[in-house]
Amino acid sequence: MGYASRSPWVIHYDGSSCNGCDIEVLATLCPGFDGERFGVVNTGNPKHADIFLVTGSVNEQNIDVVRQIYDQMVEPKVVVACGICACSGGVFHDCYNVIGGVDQAIPVDVYAPGCAVRPETLIDAIVAGVKVLDEKEAALKEQKRAAKKER
Amino acid sequence: MITIIITLIGSLLFALVAPVIGCLLAGIDRIISARMQGRVGPPLLQPYYDVRKLFGKENVSVNSVEHGYVVCAFIFACVAGGIFFTGGNLLFVIFVITLSSLFFIMAAYSTRSPYAEVGAARETVQVMSYEPMIILMAIGFFMAAGSFDTKAVFALDTPVISTIWLIFLGLLFVLTIKLRKSPFDLSMSHHAHQEIVRGMTTEMSGPTLGLVEIMHWCETVLFLGWVGLFFVWGQWFSVVIAIVVVLAVYFLEIWIDNNFARVKWQFMFKSAWAVALLAGGVNIAVLAFL
Ligand code: SF4
Repeated sequence: MGYASRSPWVIHYDGSSCNGCDIEVLATLCPGFDGERFGVVNTGNPKHADIFLVTGSVNEQNIDVVRQIYDQMVEPKVVVACGICACSGGVFHDCYNVIGGVDQAIPVDVYAPGCAVRPETLIDAIVAGVKVLDEKEAALKEQKRAAKKER
Repeated sequence: MITIIITLIGSLLFALVAPVIGCLLAGIDRIISARMQGRVGPPLLQPYYDVRKLFGKENVSVNSVEHGYVVCAFIFACVAGGIFFTGGNLLFVIFVITLSSLFFIMAAYSTRSPYAEVGAARETVQVMSYEPMIILMAIGFFMAAGSFDTKAVFALDTPVISTIWLIFLGLLFVLTIKLRKSPFDLSMSHHAHQEIVRGMTTEMSGPTLGLVEIMHWCETVLFLGWVGLFFVWGQWFSVVIAIVVVLAVYFLEIWIDNNFARVKWQFMFKSAWAVALLAGGVNIAVLAFL
């Protein structure tokens, strides 16, 4: 187990969610579910975050914001789409301004469906995301080693 | 010459030992905080995992000097610890640790991020708030122990707390500011608050942020050392008493951290200076005239 998976710091962004999923995301960190047991800390800073929790679908207004937050995050990083809206657009999928799920803007690693997504599902999604995080950390290390050899 | 060598060795030892102790203290802090909030909390070594993870991250400094400033801040924090724990001059310790804070402030300013700049400005106010009390502590210590050297306490018949307990209370007050704990966590917060993004460390990421964490562990150990200094005298068991008091004080800090909402900088500034004037001034005046 790498160290990345032991301290997944999350950043939460509300795309165009109805707020249902956002409340559940925050509930995950509250005493009832206590995400900090797994080292989960909620940061407001993309530069500190490892896991990007997006709720709600991507639309013309927020697609740039989602992309920017993703770009500011430091590798290794993982994206979790929280709620069916973030996965595919959900009930809003055929609205005139909705582009679709988060994967229309940035690469998504874990899909956590549900309307609203349950904290249990979210914790499962984060744990699944953490595995991806480990793989990416290992790949990054490999890359660094290869770059050093070349020099 | 010999003092320089002792200080150097002390600093190196401090740089090795203090992070371990500080890391455990930070872990205990997080567990106790979680329990106070009705949660289970992370494992004891969580701060260590966090830092290891940060060092594994990609390096994306916004400029080439930021990391250098943080390294300087870390080195001076270690030197301050080295001087203190090898029995050096307390006044000198205070100046060196302030230099370390200044480097940290420079690091935040150098990033040119508006959030980091707000954090740095607030940190400057924090330094201005606690500094008078800290200086008065050194003066009070000199009057009580007859020397600025911390090793002088081992020659005393009674601990300095017996004569400068008022100054000790003042130190307790500014300790919260120095440890950046709520209600005085203006420049950056360790909790899940998101005000001004993350204050001074907004632009710091990966290894730089990891080093900042390690520096905080060292600082914590040094500041708690100041607390312990008040309870040591010529008996060996006084060190045990000092450690017990230090742990109690740390618990008190955690309790304060979890029970008080952040205040405005005006209140912090005024109250810290009032405390310095009252606790420090009165205590020193009494010592001077009695
Ligand atoms: S999935 Fe349901 S609860 Fe979540 S944002 Fe969409 S509509 Fe709201």
